[in-house]
Amino acid sequence: MDFSLGDRAEAFRSEVRTFLGGHLTADVVERMHATGTFNDKDFNAGLAEAGLLAGAVPGYGDRDPIELYVLFNELEKAGAPYDGLAVTMLVAGVIHAVGTDFHRSEVLERLLTGRYNCCLGYSEPDHGSDLAAIATRAVRDGDEWVIDGQKMWTTMAHEADWVILLTRTNPDVPKHKGLTMFLVPMDHPGIEVRPVPTMATERTNATFYDGVRVGDRWRLGEVDGGWSVMGVALAFERGVMGGTNPAVPLLRHVRQWAAEATSPDGGRMLDDPLLRERLARTAMANQVSQLLTLRAAWIAATGGLPGLEGSMAKLYATERYQQAVGWFQQMAAAEGLLSFGVDGSAAGGWIDYDGRHSPVTTIYGGTTEINRNNVAERHLGLPRSR
Amino acid sequence: MDLNLTEDQETIRTVFATFFEGETGPARAREAEPTGFDAAAWERLLETGAPGMGVPEADGGGGASLADLAVVAIEAGAQIAPLPLVDHGVAARLLSGLPNRNDSEPTVDEGILAGSTIVGLAIRPALNGSAQTVPSGAVAHRVVALDGDRLVIDGPLAEVPGAGAGHLANHGCLPLAHRDLSDATVLATGPEAVAAHARAVDEWRTLTAATLVGMAREALALGVEYVQEREQFGRPVGSFQAVQHLLADLPGLIDGAHLLASKAAWAGDRATDDTAGVLDVDANDVTNFSALAAMALVAAGEAATLATDRSLHVHGGYGFSEEYDIQLYYRRARALTYLLDDPARECRRLAGMILEPAC
Repeated sequence: MDFSLGDRAEAFRSEVRTFLGGHLTADVVERMHATGTFNDKDFNAGLAEAGLLAGAVPGYGDRDPIELYVLFNELEKAGAPYDGLAVTMLVAGVIHAVGTDFHRSEVLERLLTGRYNCCLGYSEPDHGSDLAAIATRAVRDGDEWVIDGQKMWTTMAHEADWVILLTRTNPDVPKHKGLTMFLVPMDHPGIEVRPVPTMATERTNATFYDGVRVGDRWRLGEVDGGWSVMGVALAFERGVMGGTNPAVPLLRHVRQWAAEATSPDGGRMLDDPLLRERLARTAMANQVSQLLTLRAAWIAATGGLPGLEGSMAKLYATERYQQAVGWFQQMAAAEGLLSFGVDGSAAGGWIDYDGRHSPVTTIYGGTTEINRNNVAERHLGLPRSR
Repeated sequence: MDLNLTEDQETIRTVFATFFEGETGPARAREAEPTGFDAAAWERLLETGAPGMGVPEADGGGGASLADLAVVAIEAGAQIAPLPLVDHGVAARLLSGLPNRNDSEPTVDEGILAGSTIVGLAIRPALNGSAQTVPSGAVAHRVVALDGDRLVIDGPLAEVPGAGAGHLANHGCLPLAHRDLSDATVLATGPEAVAAHARAVDEWRTLTAATLVGMAREALALGVEYVQEREQFGRPVGSFQAVQHLLADLPGLIDGAHLLASKAAWAGDRATDDTAGVLDVDANDVTNFSALAAMALVAAGEAATLATDRSLHVHGGYGFSEEYDIQLYYRRARALTYLLDDPARECRRLAGMILEPAC
């Protein structure tokens, strides 16, 4: 085994770090937290102009998924606004994998400029983990489809130019076999976006589709073949596209704070033996999360689809992140409750933020329970339990 | 970046998986209790060249890397082989690496290379001329220990404690014994001696982590196999989600520990006096061998203790019975995890490396 990233990926990483040094300004970070929109089109366009974005599409161009991993990993570690970009590039990867020439020229090329965004239209108010049961209908009408329904958790919909929309096209077959994916321009008549604020200040949305008419050319994949498109999208989402190293900036913020902060005993926080143990455990878990994520990226780089490996990475990383957040929140006590920009807040308010953000990480992108089902059934070979 | 074993390592893996399945395994481990040594299997192992395989070729060994040895250790762990392979392998490498050899006492002699002379390693510093609770102390003819800033070797003993009075009955049925170092020979002194011992203990951490990964992997397999066969309420207990989810956490934990132990071995093979590797936890960039070895042992200890715990639990009452194999794994996983130190203290030691030192 060789755990060095290789000269090419290391060179790419230096380029990304150089870019971040110049472009990830305090303004960018402040705007992200003030708006709750973790997407910055100028920042994204800067990445594109620096030539760093084309490699961020899984399977596209001459970059491999290890470099894709490097890009999102560096963005995540640096605390850059990357949520919108990750979703957009994920969709770019899906388009590249299953899209048509029309999708490539009309959408993919634009996505690569950093000026355009996509969002994910999967979950519905009544269908979350049981995703294959979604009710949003798409009915064929000549060369068009008419879409009616509602989606939940369409984060970035208010910034997005397209939504990839999972719809039911055949209600008369088993639920997984009657789904079709569409790439729907958000400016089509009949689409409404309503904000859903969250406790983490991150904004998400509910989106409504009322008689939305799209041409058949916006269909992504086969009619009734939507579930296999979902499989591609989920394999990219879990692991490769970031989201599995959130405890890296957490550790950095807490370590820096603890080096300066005084404990109630009068000593330095960083000299507290229990805090030291927990920081070390977090550093260890961060290495494991990185290795599990790299494995998923490496499998993708060598031609596989790392669905199960992505599930394992997400399970491990998100639970360890929540555990670490709980430890540090407890140890920072009252000052850990104070928010960004507040006098005396521990770690500049990051502990409050991570405490607000962390619960969603074991929910979105496939809950911990769904990922455990995947591992139990497809890796351990146990019988289906539902 | 390459997560495949090399072609040679694939061969090593296949050969030793076959060896340990055939010559060791739970039944043999049970027979070897309480001492934790299977002399007949050790005799067979000598034929494979395994005892000296990690010693450089220039010193008459097999020239295997730490990464190669980790591949072997995983397979030994999977079959809970009652053999002092890791201790002997690490001690032999330590001896071969010592500078200024004394001609009157070759550091790595033919017996050690062949494995007919078993050498153990006192992983913790000696106290008052005695090495306490030495991992292979009950079966090793010689033990290398750090006594103050002196690296010493005792013996050779004409007769090892074996199952006799010297063996310390213990949780994991490991061949533990105290060793008196009062007549031990000094091999090296000063910072070099301390550094050589520290390097060896990091290798022990890495290979013990690999052993624990193998144990965890097999413990999970035992649990999965059992829940597929055992029926309650008219269906296999493995069809219940509550049972499935206990087991579904484990593959990621075990694979993560496996990757970390492999990375530690990779870092150990690359580390030289001049290149200690990177240690930047703010960026999650760690290639430092000592830090990775500590992390690997903690991670593998967690994986093995949890995997054996969950697997035993899903066996129901039978898991607790002497008859079923899972209890053998359960006890050994804890023994190897706690033998060096409390993992919490190990984490605080790691903190000293990755954070600024405590005031």
